[in-house]
Amino acid sequence: MGNVVISTPGMPLPSEKLFRKQTLVERLRKGDEAVHLLTMAGGWSIILITGLLVHHLWVYSRIARHQFGWHFLVTSTWDPVNGLFGAWPFVYGTVVTSLLALIIAIPIGLGAAIFLAELAPRSVSNALTFLIELLAAVPSVVYGLIGIFLLIPALTAIMPTFQKFFGWIPIFSGTFYGVSYFSASVILAIMVVPFIVSISREVLLAVPIAQREAMMALGATKWEVTWRTVVPYARQGIMGSVFLALARALGETMAVTMVIGNVAQVSTSLMAPGYTIAAVIANEFTEATGDLYLHALIELGLVLFAVTMIINALARLLMLSVRTGEVVS
Amino acid sequence: MIRRLCALAILAVSSVSAQQISLTGAGSTFAYPLYSDWASQYHKLHPNVEVNYQSIGSGGGIRQLIAGTVDFGATDGPMTNQELAEAQQKRGTAILHFPTALGADVPSYNIPGVTAELKFTPQALAGIYLGHITKWNDPEIQKANPGVKLPAANIIVVHRSDGSGTTYAWVDYLSKVSPEWKSKVGVGTSVKWPVGLGGKGNEGVSGLIRRLPNSIGYVELIYSIQNHILYGDVKNSSGNYVRASLATVTAAAAGANSFMPADFRVSITNAPGAQAYPISTYTWLLIPEKLNNPQKAAALKAFLRWGLTDGQKYTTPLAYAPLPSGVVQKELQQMKKLQY
Repeated sequence: MGNVVISTPGMPLPSEKLFRKQTLVERLRKGDEAVHLLTMAGGWSIILITGLLVHHLWVYSRIARHQFGWHFLVTSTWDPVNGLFGAWPFVYGTVVTSLLALIIAIPIGLGAAIFLAELAPRSVSNALTFLIELLAAVPSVVYGLIGIFLLIPALTAIMPTFQKFFGWIPIFSGTFYGVSYFSASVILAIMVVPFIVSISREVLLAVPIAQREAMMALGATKWEVTWRTVVPYARQGIMGSVFLALARALGETMAVTMVIGNVAQVSTSLMAPGYTIAAVIANEFTEATGDLYLHALIELGLVLFAVTMIINALARLLMLSVRTGEVVS
Repeated sequence: MIRRLCALAILAVSSVSAQQISLTGAGSTFAYPLYSDWASQYHKLHPNVEVNYQSIGSGGGIRQLIAGTVDFGATDGPMTNQELAEAQQKRGTAILHFPTALGADVPSYNIPGVTAELKFTPQALAGIYLGHITKWNDPEIQKANPGVKLPAANIIVVHRSDGSGTTYAWVDYLSKVSPEWKSKVGVGTSVKWPVGLGGKGNEGVSGLIRRLPNSIGYVELIYSIQNHILYGDVKNSSGNYVRASLATVTAAAAGANSFMPADFRVSITNAPGAQAYPISTYTWLLIPEKLNNPQKAAALKAFLRWGLTDGQKYTTPLAYAPLPSGVVQKELQQMKKLQY
């Protein structure tokens, strides 16, 4: 720590004491203050929206919360007729499909981003990036249809052979109906790849040329420059793109419900049908009668919010540990 | 300036005299094609009345009606006593049920090599959906279809994943024919299914059936007629195997008319009658007994009367079964209860 004076917008600079105190109008007229207020309003609005969201989810789920307490999270029964509700199969399905989707999407997305940013000629890179950004704008119902008409028939065709060799592994065992955790994960992976590619590419392109030149000067190969310098430099941005992809996967509704089978059960096998939180809300909300049923569905929304927060926090912790590890080495 | 003000005043007065009346309703998606057709036909006859119907689902329709944000509701399953009491308490008015048309569920299946229209006993359908009957060549199915060679394959059961009136009718029927279903699963727009995969909407269910060999599921009669889907006959309470059609569905309503309760909240699954199709159901309009706005009230009453009488001719082209005339008579009597 040196003798540097740190100033924040709220704190007057020491030299300011010499002048008379400015009125608010004067400060606003200079522009800086106005921009400060405007941007601060933007920032606060996000907190406000999030706060209102959580507040509403909390208030309108109270009957279910009081009735089931923490058991709601660990119970597997979902029985609207008898008013028994548990979220576990949906939480499980949401987490499993999202994580599996990321496992599939990260290598593909990152590979494509590195190719587009580092290796491909600029014209090819720009054309492909345009196409990828188009993919991100395709409505999810279209991905669902692709799942039903292309992916599931293809998976159904190859699965018997696949299961002959790998069926003994619990996660690949059991009867494959086409609709499954696995099919949902593959569709989700296809949906989130464009996010990873287009953001990661931008971040990779923004890495200063000096970094590359320094590495080259040390005699590194092109791949060493990319993998040892450019990618680590852009790591934070790449992680950001993965978070965005994760958020999309966790909340995706339409495409998932079309290919997951909508069965409220927990299965070790990825080949079995399942259910996700977003899918069950979309499926049952319109016809839900009775306060307890409605509140249980809204509580699922609250749970999804919590799941998203927890996974994001864990991912950030992971990133933090990776970064400190890097510094030490 | 004064002249312009006068012109404005005249415009304002004239717009009051030819006042537009707008009725809003919400609910059943099943009945949406019918009500939107009614709305446009009625608007041609009465240009000053506009009926806006939003197909947000029966549950949503009931909620909106209780909250008082719509003038009328529409549902595929009758309101419960608790919901009626809640409406009485919040809106200060009773809610009356008026059947407007009929629908039905049909068992649709995909068995490689079988193109015949299969016959199903109630025990077979309940057994399949409870998970007791697991093979297509089970004696309960085979004995009803002596001429058909059924495979020894596992049955894949498909049901709706979204809450719907179609599911309500299907499980209501299973509850009536199977005590075990009634005690273990029960009746609702969504239930805890003992077995099976869920498809979203009729198209989701029929899509799964098409893709999965040896599967069975239930879809709306309307959907199967419009999409030429293969479906089976079901044995009714008289012991006849009946194929679902608009005529046999109306026959079920006529058969159930003898025990129609005063409030019309009736289930007509497994209804008596030689030609009655057993998995039939009404769809209802939900009309408040009192409305505060007299103009709206009069318009709503006229619209309802028109729908029950002249409007019935629009049911068949849309593949809904029309009401039997005996039921229409009872409903016109019931309309006298409306306090406007």
